[in-house]
Amino acid sequence: MSLMKDLTRGIYRENPIFKLALGMCPFLAVTTSVENAIGMGAAATFVLICSNFLVSLLRNLIPSKVRIPCYIVIIATFVTLVDMVMNAYVPDLHRSLGIFIPLIVVNCIILGRAEGFANRHPVMSSVADAVGMGVGFTLAMIVLASFRELLGNGTWLNISILGTAYRNQPLLIAILAPGAFILLGFILGFFSILEKRRGGGR
Amino acid sequence: MSGSALLSILISAPETGNGGFDLGRMMAIIIAAIFVNNFVLSRFLGICPFLGVSKQLDSALGMGAAVIFVMTLATLGSWTVYNLLLVPMELTYLRTIAFILIIASLVQLVEMILQKFSPALYQALGIFLPLITTNCAILGVAVLNIDEKYSLGYSLVNAIAAGIGFTLALVLMAGLRQRLELADVPPALKGKPVAFLVAGVMSIAFLGFAGLGG
Repeated sequence: MSLMKDLTRGIYRENPIFKLALGMCPFLAVTTSVENAIGMGAAATFVLICSNFLVSLLRNLIPSKVRIPCYIVIIATFVTLVDMVMNAYVPDLHRSLGIFIPLIVVNCIILGRAEGFANRHPVMSSVADAVGMGVGFTLAMIVLASFRELLGNGTWLNISILGTAYRNQPLLIAILAPGAFILLGFILGFFSILEKRRGGGR
Repeated sequence: MSGSALLSILISAPETGNGGFDLGRMMAIIIAAIFVNNFVLSRFLGICPFLGVSKQLDSALGMGAAVIFVMTLATLGSWTVYNLLLVPMELTYLRTIAFILIIASLVQLVEMILQKFSPALYQALGIFLPLITTNCAILGVAVLNIDEKYSLGYSLVNAIAAGIGFTLALVLMAGLRQRLELADVPPALKGKPVAFLVAGVMSIAFLGFAGLGG
């Protein structure tokens, strides 16, 4: 089942954030709450699926010399679409994600998958790859956002977890910029321990 | 359109129409872009080059110079196209596509011009230029300038200051990482994790600038 393999690759084994360290900017910026993380993840996944689909479909038509500009135009088209749809239907989310919606264009994951996978593989496996990568990206964002929202606000997906006593004096730094860097540093350290354990067991 | 009319359009703010420079506001923009809202450490723009090119002080400086250069040109191009082409034709929704194309072709053009006329500079900046197209700081500053409705003058000031802020963060990080090579880091945190921790500590330091310059 190679299709299944394409689908699951991005979720853990080649997770774009924890393993490949791609797409860091939106990842660090929008993980202030789980809600933002899910919104950003959904937007990026949609763009990823559409662009992988179209790039894969056109892979024999696009001359290889101008392929990067072509990919950028394809990606930018879908980003504009997402931008307008979100502005119309979820204006609050659109406002809190701010400039990171247009910046999906320069998200290295999307261009990376178009260039590294979709231009050499058939449509079905490219879409499967895009779904896997998108879900992996979203899950990674939810992990970091959970830590940040819980520590910095005492809530998870706007549901109060740690009680009002904590919410009155939360660990505010987790929601501020430094919290993203420091927590991500520890999460990456945790993954490298996992990796080492697995390597040692072999 | 006469030359002076064109000039007044370029200098005045697109929305309010009031021309001229306000030195206080300009200083506020500069300080905000370099310190308070530092592109890397508080806005999270340009993290990839920040981590990728911050191992050596020399390459950090080269990357910083290339970013300042391209940011200024990209702002000039994107602001002009947006306000003189997209707004009059009511095509503002094409902003993202237009900007990324401007930036990509500009980087290509700069690369070709440098190669032709200044091989020394090309040697120094050349390897960083292709990376810059997908640097979100460049598109970020172009989009921010439009969102903030800055006039062309303020936009350029903002772009240069943002580039300086980016360079500052990059150079500081490079200095720290050169020291870090000699430090005794726990094996699990070697490489990227400790780089993020260091960036976090730097970001805390930059929080101290909050409130400065209004």
